Amino acid sequence: MIDILITNGRVIDPASGRDEIANVMVANGFVSKIGKTAPKARRTIDASGKIVCPGLIDLHVHCREPGHEEEETIATAASAAVAGGFTTICAMPNTHPPQDDETSILYVLQRMARAGKARVLPVGCITKGGEGKELAEMGMMHEAGAVAFTDDGTGVAGSTVMQRALQYAQMIDVVIMQHCQDPDLFGGVMNSGAVAVRLGLPGIAASGEEIMLRRDLELVKRTGARYHAMHISSAGSVEIIRQAKAQGLPVTAEATPHHLLLTDAACIGYDPNYKINPPLRSAGDVEALRQGVSDGTIDCLATDHAPHSKEEKEMEFALAPFGIVSLDCALGLYARALVHSGLMDWGEMLAKLTVNPAAIIDPTLGMLQEGAPADITIIDPDKRWTVNANKFASKARNCPYHGWKLKGRAIATIAGGEFKFQLQNASRIDK
Amino acid sequence: MRKKLTAEQVQTALDTLYGAVEKQLPSDRPIAVIGIRTRGEILAARLVERMGREHPELSINHGVLDITFYRDDLSRRRGAPLVRATEIDFDIDDTWMLLVDDVLATGRSIRAALGAIHDFGRPQVVRLAVLIDRGGRELPIAADFIGKKLTAGPDTRIQVRLREHDDKEGVFLVECASE
Amino acid sequence: MMTKKASSSSNARPSKSKNPKFLWTRKDLVGLDELSSEEIVHVLDTAVSFQEVSTRSIKKIPALRGKVVALLFFEDSTRTRMSFELAASRLSADTVFLSGKGSSTSKGETTLDTVRNVEAMGVDVFVIRHSQSGAPHQLVDKVNVPIVNAGDGPHEHPTQALLDIFTIRQKLGTLEGVRVAIVGDIAHSRVARSNIIGLRKLGAEVVVVGPPTLVPATITAMGCEISHSLDDILGEVDVINMLRIQFERFSSNLFPSLREYSSLFGMNADRLSKCRKDVLIMHPGPINRGVELTSEVADGPNSCILQQVTNGLAVRMAVLYLVSQSRH
Repeated sequence: MIDILITNGRVIDPASGRDEIANVMVANGFVSKIGKTAPKARRTIDASGKIVCPGLIDLHVHCREPGHEEEETIATAASAAVAGGFTTICAMPNTHPPQDDETSILYVLQRMARAGKARVLPVGCITKGGEGKELAEMGMMHEAGAVAFTDDGTGVAGSTVMQRALQYAQMIDVVIMQHCQDPDLFGGVMNSGAVAVRLGLPGIAASGEEIMLRRDLELVKRTGARYHAMHISSAGSVEIIRQAKAQGLPVTAEATPHHLLLTDAACIGYDPNYKINPPLRSAGDVEALRQGVSDGTIDCLATDHAPHSKEEKEMEFALAPFGIVSLDCALGLYARALVHSGLMDWGEMLAKLTVNPAAIIDPTLGMLQEGAPADITIIDPDKRWTVNANKFASKARNCPYHGWKLKGRAIATIAGGEFKFQLQNASRIDK
Repeated sequence: MRKKLTAEQVQTALDTLYGAVEKQLPSDRPIAVIGIRTRGEILAARLVERMGREHPELSINHGVLDITFYRDDLSRRRGAPLVRATEIDFDIDDTWMLLVDDVLATGRSIRAALGAIHDFGRPQVVRLAVLIDRGGRELPIAADFIGKKLTAGPDTRIQVRLREHDDKEGVFLVECASE
Repeated sequence: MMTKKASSSSNARPSKSKNPKFLWTRKDLVGLDELSSEEIVHVLDTAVSFQEVSTRSIKKIPALRGKVVALLFFEDSTRTRMSFELAASRLSADTVFLSGKGSSTSKGETTLDTVRNVEAMGVDVFVIRHSQSGAPHQLVDKVNVPIVNAGDGPHEHPTQALLDIFTIRQKLGTLEGVRVAIVGDIAHSRVARSNIIGLRKLGAEVVVVGPPTLVPATITAMGCEISHSLDDILGEVDVINMLRIQFERFSSNLFPSLREYSSLFGMNADRLSKCRKDVLIMHPGPINRGVELTSEVADGPNSCILQQVTNGLAVRMAVLYLVSQSRH
């Protein structure tokens, strides 16, 4: 007897191009078969009218543990992940203390195991303490389980340090993820432009992002290292990456829900829940990012889930910390920006949430094929629902989408062959 | 809304009022005629014009009082209408002061006006002239000169309408829900 | 205010107000951005009524008797505070003052905590000055007491703009078609922003003047023009509002030196001679004499700097009165 039988779903596996109505069978934590047969199973789920796809992957999540467990923990972030349909999230290293050595990487993995929800893959710092000066022990962290390296929160400012980091990462064939922001051109709290001028808030120009991105790409050209541009926000950055890809550089990029859905006009009213770094930019930038996702310039969708406490987000706009949470509701947001807008179909979008991010961190993930780990998400693409941040599995409530009406939602999430999440009252899918 | 007095009857009441006031105008001290905004101001202007015409020998100062800030029901209102300036740009100390208003009812406006006057100085005497006394006093205040007495129920408001401000003239009864 | 002795009815004519039916119902005054042109005119007209109070021997009216105005100054200010205190006292309100140097960025009491604490003591109006843009705006939905913005970061300073506009209207009779230059550090000036917004709403034209480092190009979205040359616009404007320059700006490379600033953007007798004869020279104070203005300009016949201060009192009385009447 197999463990799980998912019947009659629209099975989409972007890695193989499969898109057909089929039954999916799970045994011993792996996908045992995809086909028309329906053997006896401990649990059978009718997925008629639903999408059955590889578990979603989010390359960019701040779990806040260790250091700020009052904002989020690895366990709560993992719970939010599976509630949102994600079976794998990458834990950003700007914790307190930062994830910059072997021990801190092992700590994340231990906490993940204890939580037993989603896979939480640790990302290590590029430099010790994330301070941008001395390289961290990337080799040992990689051995311990770090899947990528970044100093996210800030960009690596020094060109020499960045060049060495790329050389070193190339040796161990691991990706360097950069938060592109020239610190010398930083100092604002929102996008620079007419809205910032009117609100009397200092601006963050897109030039700060684009200058670092251009520099990095010069270094990538010379080192051949794999490079991933995180949460790019401007039309200029999209164009820079498009050109780099045309030149054949090993570069990938991600876009966030907020940069695909919101503009700097959202900051009118001074709600710090719209304060994010990189900042919300213009409608033209949003359009360019969507185009970039559509034409493949942007490979992945990532939330940059960044929890903060209520009291911090009740401070004055300029003093409040940057960050938005969206793990619980990201799938519906992506669908709104990309599928319901007519830019792409579910299959194309799901590639950006499965096989593409997996290729960057772990190519054994992100596929729904016989023999692959049974990380499976069942999505009801027609499910209409209203975001209620107060019911998030995440601890944080700094979510500007509270009250938004969305269409499309994960109704069940299976990781490692086990049900980790099932939407209550979704409709009776259990037989 | 019912018409209680016609324009002619308003004129008659005003003549009565003038006649009563005229008898007591002092010749030995400055006279200050203060109209209470909005319609007391107009009535005062009419009285002053006639006084000046018929008694050029008298020294008559004329001012306007806005009592909004002195009202005791200020904090009970919703919203603030435009308040206009008080215009008393002469010394009121030791004057014979005539306060002029359109309708005397509860007496609260007059209490407010006396409070405001107090902030400007100390008249020798203050007399009160009203076009209509409708009764219903809530404070120990009485008019010295009255154009016409009317009686009206507690749920009825008496509205004086004057040409200069309202483009029509007359006294009207308005039924209103008790506040 | 005329104070001539009147012996007839000459000065006391019955007059209709512009819009006698208009009712002020707004709870807060956090910025001119939120106000309609009708509301702005209502404040100005109300302020006209309050001017007279300051000419009385007893400079006090009981409009806010028994009420408490809490002045919460999270950023230093001597003049604005004095003006608000005096305005409140002329309305017979009691004032309490709290100064809190900025709000702690890390842990500690937030601005919201502070304001809620003071609210719990039972106050009727908040006057808030804060170093952070939007601080009063973030509070309006969270407290029940009316909030008057006495300046928030570089964002807005609505009462200053109202008194500037009041002064222009008093001198020129109208705002419609009046051309106003605002000169100086536009980027960091709350006075500039509120003035641009208010003046545009009342039909005036605004040109902002300064070097590109102090004049953001996108400010034209607020409906003003930009000039980088003071000399170019001298002859075409009715009003020149000279902003105070903050000395610390030149350390961040926004301009090279005070000397250079003054030579390019300072108002002096020579420049004044190239202006219209009746041009109004304004300054929100305090003046850096010899930098924004030379003394002969600041103290000359075109200057209405002290009238601005006097009018500020009437405008702030009007604002405190109006917001306190808006609820209950």
